[in-house]
Amino acid sequence: MLIKTHANILSSEITERAVFESRREFIKAATVLSAGALLPGSGQAKTGSYADAPVGPYSAKLAVTGREDVANYTNYYEFSTNKQDSTVLAKALKTKPWTVEVSGEAENPGVYNLEDILKDNPVQERIYRFRCVEAWSMVVPWIGFPLGDMLKRFKPSSKAKFVEFTTLYNPEIMVGQRSGVLAWPYVEALRIDEAMHPLTLLVTGMYGDELPNQNGAPLRLMVPWKYGFKSIKAIVKIRFSETMPETAWHKSAPNEYGFYANVNPEVPHPRWSQSRERVIGGSIFTPKRETEKFNGYGNEVAALYSGMDLTRYF
Amino acid sequence: MQLDKKGWAVLKMAVFLLGLAPFLLLTDDAVNDRLGANPIEALHFGFGDWALRFLCIGLALTPIKTLTGQNKPMRFRRMMGLFAFFYATLHLLVFIVLDLSLSWQALKDEVPKSPYLLMGLLTYLLLIPLALTSTKNMQKRLGRSWIKLHKVVYAAGLTALVHYFWLVKKDYTGPLIYAGVIGVLLGIRVVVYYRKKVKLLYFESR
Repeated sequence: MLIKTHANILSSEITERAVFESRREFIKAATVLSAGALLPGSGQAKTGSYADAPVGPYSAKLAVTGREDVANYTNYYEFSTNKQDSTVLAKALKTKPWTVEVSGEAENPGVYNLEDILKDNPVQERIYRFRCVEAWSMVVPWIGFPLGDMLKRFKPSSKAKFVEFTTLYNPEIMVGQRSGVLAWPYVEALRIDEAMHPLTLLVTGMYGDELPNQNGAPLRLMVPWKYGFKSIKAIVKIRFSETMPETAWHKSAPNEYGFYANVNPEVPHPRWSQSRERVIGGSIFTPKRETEKFNGYGNEVAALYSGMDLTRYF
Repeated sequence: MQLDKKGWAVLKMAVFLLGLAPFLLLTDDAVNDRLGANPIEALHFGFGDWALRFLCIGLALTPIKTLTGQNKPMRFRRMMGLFAFFYATLHLLVFIVLDLSLSWQALKDEVPKSPYLLMGLLTYLLLIPLALTSTKNMQKRLGRSWIKLHKVVYAAGLTALVHYFWLVKKDYTGPLIYAGVIGVLLGIRVVVYYRKKVKLLYFESR
């Protein structure tokens, strides 16, 4: 297959190898993985259920964050506002069987089994940078497929201007949903052109294996040029909409979290700067990294927002 | 419990070591890489939490005296205050040295845009004169104005709370707990103050 290179995010930006090697044992595994990622096509000795997933286009040649860090530092308010607690609590979630209800402005609405969706949409590996609105970032080898490829199968109509996603609502298991910290269920949405963009993924795995529950299993969104809260987890509903949907964080604090939520160092959050980010996986002496506009994916996505005032539509 | 001079010295040393324990444990965790995915944040929050805890303990001693008549805990007030300052200093140092990597540019980019950072800085500035005048010598030299000056700690308690509230993204459980504790500790003082005033008025009117 054609492996597109990613000029804007290439080798010069590879996180210092020393940063990783100075840390824990598992970091070794991470560097092995990243070394593998540096040489596409080289035999990677992976053992997970997605070990054979091919490297997809747009996969950045970056040193990846250690898997343990990615799996133990997650914002998943459905379980807990504590990044470590959510890891433990999320183990209770049953992710099989799983269905996704498709509705709204499309010709093929219905309830689809995730298994069937995966049969139609072969997965690939994409190493993406991931930037949280809290000013930290990671580099994660996601396993997934382009959202747009799947959406096309539902034949959205010309009225489908937005795509809305909803997380599972189950306060019995998702104990964080018993509190009113956000309006449940969690809802996120993209403009249809953002949803159809080839960078936008639906993710089912990471590090060559199944997605851990705390990272959004069995199905999550990954929009690498937007702040992490856009990349909704445990998706059960997809709806094509003519009007802009109300989204969870926007609803909770519209002056702080916009609909677009594009990574942008020039537009500070009202309470903190977005000019820099703490790269997870470094030592206590590693300096922060300067945040890039669109998280470094400007070449691919800046055109989606041409003519828009990004300080207003943040 | 009756303690002689030696007993007090031992007790003071024990409390001192207890106060130092969080610093030693967090430092040990940092050195041995046990602080998780974001060690700087863990250190930074850890020291900030302990600054606030020692501030609360220090603020609790006067109400304990008022309510129970026990004035012995008051002997630890200076130490508690200085531990609060010690952890606040570490909290600030972790931010400037580790988080901002001593970069002037980073400081300029990040601090002015962030109300909660400015509020944290204000809190620290309020604590500095209190720490500097904490010695017995200064207490004697300043006399009554020492008491007035050290009422600034109430303001520092409140600005520390605002700092905490403003930095939290959504879940206010942490700052609410501290707000409850500090609210009660300051509230007792307000009640005592007005009771005295009422009594005074009562006696004056007779």
